[in-house]
Amino acid sequence: MTEDLSRIRNFAIVAHIDHGKSTLADRLIQMCGGLPEREMKEQVLDTMEIERERGITIKAQTVRLAYKAKDGQTYQLNLMDTPGHVDFTYEVSRSLAACEGSILLVDATQGVEAQTLANAYLAVEAGHEIVPVLNKIDLPAAEPGRAREQIAEVVGLDVSGAIEISAKTGQGVDRVLEALVKRLPPPTGDVHAPLKALLVDSWYDSYLGVMILVRVKDGIVKRGMKIRMMATGATHQVEQVGYFTPKPQQTDALGSGEIGFITAAIKTVADTDVGDTITEDRRAAAVPLPGFKPSVPVVWCGLFPVDAGAFEDLRDSLAKLHLNDASFHYEPESSAALGLGFRCGFLGLLHLEIIQQRLEREFDLDLVTTAPSVVYRVRTTDGGVKELHNPVDMPDPVKIASIEEPWINATIIVPDEFLGAVLALCTERRGRQIELTYVGGRAMARYRLPLNEVVFDFYDRLKSVSRGYASFDYELAGYEESDLVNVSILVNSEPVDALAFIVHRSHAESRGRVICEKLKDLIPRQLFKIAIQAAIGGRIIARTTVGALRKDVTAKCYGGDVTRKRKLLEKQKKGKKRMRQFGNVEIPQSAFLVALKTGE
Amino acid sequence: MPVSAPDIAAASTAPEAGARDPGFGIYVHWPFCVSLCPYCDFNSHVAERVDHQRWRAALTTELAHFRDRTRDNVVTSVFFGGGTPSLMQPETVARVIDAVRTGWHSAPDLEITLEANPSSAEAAKFRALRDAGVNRLSLGVQSFDDAALRFLGRRHSAAEAKRAIAVAAENFPRFSFDLIYGLPGQTADDWKQQLREALELAGGHLSCYQLTIESGTPFHKGGVEAADEATGATLYDVTQEALSAAGLALYEISNHARPGHECRHNVSGWRGSNYLGVGPGAHSRLTEAGRAEASHRILKPQRWLAKVEATGHGTAKTMALSTQARIEELVMTGLRLSEGISRRRFARLTGRELEGVLDKGGLKRMTDGGFVASDDIGLRATPKGRLCLNAVLGQLLAQG
Ligand SMILES: Nc1nc2c(ncn2[C@@H]2O[C@H](COP(=O)(O)OP(=O)(O)OP(=O)(O)O)[C@@H](O)[C@H]2O)c(=O)[nH]1
Ligand SMILES: C[S@@+](CC[C@H](N)C(=O)[O-])C[C@H]1O[C@@H](n2cnc3c(N)ncnc32)[C@H](O)[C@@H]1O
Ligand code: SF4
Ligand SMILES: [Mg+2]
Repeated sequence: MTEDLSRIRNFAIVAHIDHGKSTLADRLIQMCGGLPEREMKEQVLDTMEIERERGITIKAQTVRLAYKAKDGQTYQLNLMDTPGHVDFTYEVSRSLAACEGSILLVDATQGVEAQTLANAYLAVEAGHEIVPVLNKIDLPAAEPGRAREQIAEVVGLDVSGAIEISAKTGQGVDRVLEALVKRLPPPTGDVHAPLKALLVDSWYDSYLGVMILVRVKDGIVKRGMKIRMMATGATHQVEQVGYFTPKPQQTDALGSGEIGFITAAIKTVADTDVGDTITEDRRAAAVPLPGFKPSVPVVWCGLFPVDAGAFEDLRDSLAKLHLNDASFHYEPESSAALGLGFRCGFLGLLHLEIIQQRLEREFDLDLVTTAPSVVYRVRTTDGGVKELHNPVDMPDPVKIASIEEPWINATIIVPDEFLGAVLALCTERRGRQIELTYVGGRAMARYRLPLNEVVFDFYDRLKSVSRGYASFDYELAGYEESDLVNVSILVNSEPVDALAFIVHRSHAESRGRVICEKLKDLIPRQLFKIAIQAAIGGRIIARTTVGALRKDVTAKCYGGDVTRKRKLLEKQKKGKKRMRQFGNVEIPQSAFLVALKTGE
Repeated sequence: MPVSAPDIAAASTAPEAGARDPGFGIYVHWPFCVSLCPYCDFNSHVAERVDHQRWRAALTTELAHFRDRTRDNVVTSVFFGGGTPSLMQPETVARVIDAVRTGWHSAPDLEITLEANPSSAEAAKFRALRDAGVNRLSLGVQSFDDAALRFLGRRHSAAEAKRAIAVAAENFPRFSFDLIYGLPGQTADDWKQQLREALELAGGHLSCYQLTIESGTPFHKGGVEAADEATGATLYDVTQEALSAAGLALYEISNHARPGHECRHNVSGWRGSNYLGVGPGAHSRLTEAGRAEASHRILKPQRWLAKVEATGHGTAKTMALSTQARIEELVMTGLRLSEGISRRRFARLTGRELEGVLDKGGLKRMTDGGFVASDDIGLRATPKGRLCLNAVLGQLLAQG
């Protein structure tokens, strides 16, 4: 523990996705000797399998480094590597709250992108001193001059002290270290005051149990100390205190200005409130730290096991994953078409995809997800308000006074040549332009967009109309009343719950038709013809028909054919377990699964 | 009238009942052909040389092997299938028939069928085959169109086939021939023309099979496609119209006959009889000590031959058939027949009541939808149901 706060620097590395944060962290760790050379690897802080595979950071990581500066002093640097993707902005905010300064990293081959801007603003809001750093100057396509200009113009930062580096080769990184020491303020706080530590993050470690990442503001947290969570009132005995180098390293105490972990025999992550203030039970602080707003899931969908028998496995797996990621929500859901599953809420589409993939990989489950939906606010005629996570729960239309949907403020940065297409896409998705500015051959469009239009294949479309050159960021921006309708999909006049969706009236017919057509191709023909319809209440808005089978019989059936046929029948019977009766026909669950899987 | 297990005794006094219902057949497989047809997935092989003496001995040896356990049955039919049994030496055919007649009690009107290819060389043997004891010939004509015959990889011409039919008609009291329809590009008119030519030459029996692309065959590998569903259905309807007008009523999905000319061997199999199969790949359904079992012989001709010579039989595998499996087989094959499934016979063979073993919901849907119909005697598929029998069976046999 250091009592000399002037020799501590706490900083976060923030940037747009893939601009090189984790690679810069590698170099900083290396130059400060945090890890022996043989244990170094690229993006060493990205430890989760899915992070390594996708090459992105999902979980923010903290490392304490000892840096011997040119002034001869050794400084304690607490580095926080953050994720760049918009879904994980919450991780960035938390990290920022634990630091006094930030490195704003910009890929000099790309320039300022949407999350550069968003994260820079977060850092400014957090009152940070910001060091702009231009990365990847080893690449021939790097244009550090232009990137500098964009930072100045778009973000509005002073770029005179911007540092040009290659996080890959290490070029210029020494200057980053010096700048951290010289330009960032040391933390402030009173070591002798009652303990006040910010609960920055918590997760489950299979060896150490629940670990809590803290930033001590005032006082000291020690092994054996009895602590109290100010929001929940729960008390615990501190078992271990330490920090990451990035390997966990035990120590006796963490003092004012320091970042590190504690363990305290806490059973589950759910018992820890991120943003809570930890104090000493015996000598409690009077006022807690401001904390932060809890993260709210914005995208919801149903997760169902393809094999109905795997429901229990899914439940256990979700519980296990939840130990480590409390930001997703799940509650049991029962669907007539898909069986038992869970309605789950996520921070965004990438988050959804990652959780689904982890469930499939790490727990060997075969899953299907229903179409992602946002949280609607339904006002009923009796004056009630209902938050709707699932189209199935939509009240009877006659009881609905109005429906509100969440909107976002989106920022899109795109090269001029694709602007027209991007604007057209935003308009098609009911967007309202707020602002359009140009910087160095690129346009920055700010739009107000309904979130439900974004969760419906917007990213794919944006990518394709801009050939991947557009970057996108958003923040939630309130609810607005809207002309929304609940579209149900009917098979032989019976609704398929899992396929229902809420959509703006103007898109109801076209989306309904798409699903009907898709189902038509997926449902095998049967003895009876099958009507597939999309409907708003009792009104049919689209329909297709699967004609009845005309011929399905084996021409020859002698001797051995009988055995073969019986085996076929056996298979058919197994398949039946995954069939759902709609009037006089049976629809294989797989038809719904594929309809859902192929998406748009 | 519902029949339950205790009624078995009563059931056996029904007119169709008795020792010969549903009969007992013996199937003899001859695996060799002159060349292989690209659509065929029967157990057929081309051999440079066949040692007829060894084969003759092996077939009779295998028959003898099974005699003791099956001798209580009265044999009602013998069927030489292939492959191309018309390539057998008549002497071999005679010896096999002899072995059956001496080894078992046989019905006075024992039906002895042999499958023949209609080449001139084989037609020349028909008389000898008759003298060997064959009393019913089934000819693999396939088509009366030379281009179609070439496409099907057949070695005979349409003219040769017509002559072979004439020779068969002269020599056998009962004969049949097979046609294949649904060849790529074949129209309803093309097929009607084939049927017209067939009817000019037909005896009391005709089999018409829609071309099936069996996996692993050269047609399958070559991407030949079966007729689409609509064409298949149309051609099937055309067949029914033409043949029923000519008095050759449909008695099974692909088989037509004048009354009394049905292939008894196949009919008894579809009704659920036991049968004994000898020769490479031949299947049996036998009841051993009250327990039903299915078995089949080694597929590869040489391996079968060696095994029989070494051990007296070439059985590759024997499996017990559960009551459920028996039930499924009976329903599957019984509904192929126009006569349907006799409730009494079903109860006698399985000890279970027909309607009781079928899926209730499925049976109701199939009855309401007009796919099956039932009467005092039993349950049968309607013409519409027969055309979609696989799907209908899926509905009826959903449980278990
Ligand atoms: N040539 C070159 N490539 C770099 C440099 N820095 C990072 N990269 C590459 O850029 C890619 C992204 O680097 P990361 O460090 O994972 O980026 P990140 O900002 O941590 O990404 P997220 O955590 O997903 O937001 C990787 O392929 C790196 O190897 C650099 O200075 N030069
Ligand atoms: C055992 S096979 C052939 C017997 C004899 N070797 C012959 O080819 O004539 C009996 C009949 O099944 C029919 N058949 C065989 N393979 C078929 C297929 N893939 N599709 C339709 N019918 C087929 C043919 O009509 C054939 O005559
Ligand atoms: S169709 Fe007949 S002749 Fe052709 S290969 Fe098959 S069994 Fe042999
Ligand atoms: Mg990263």
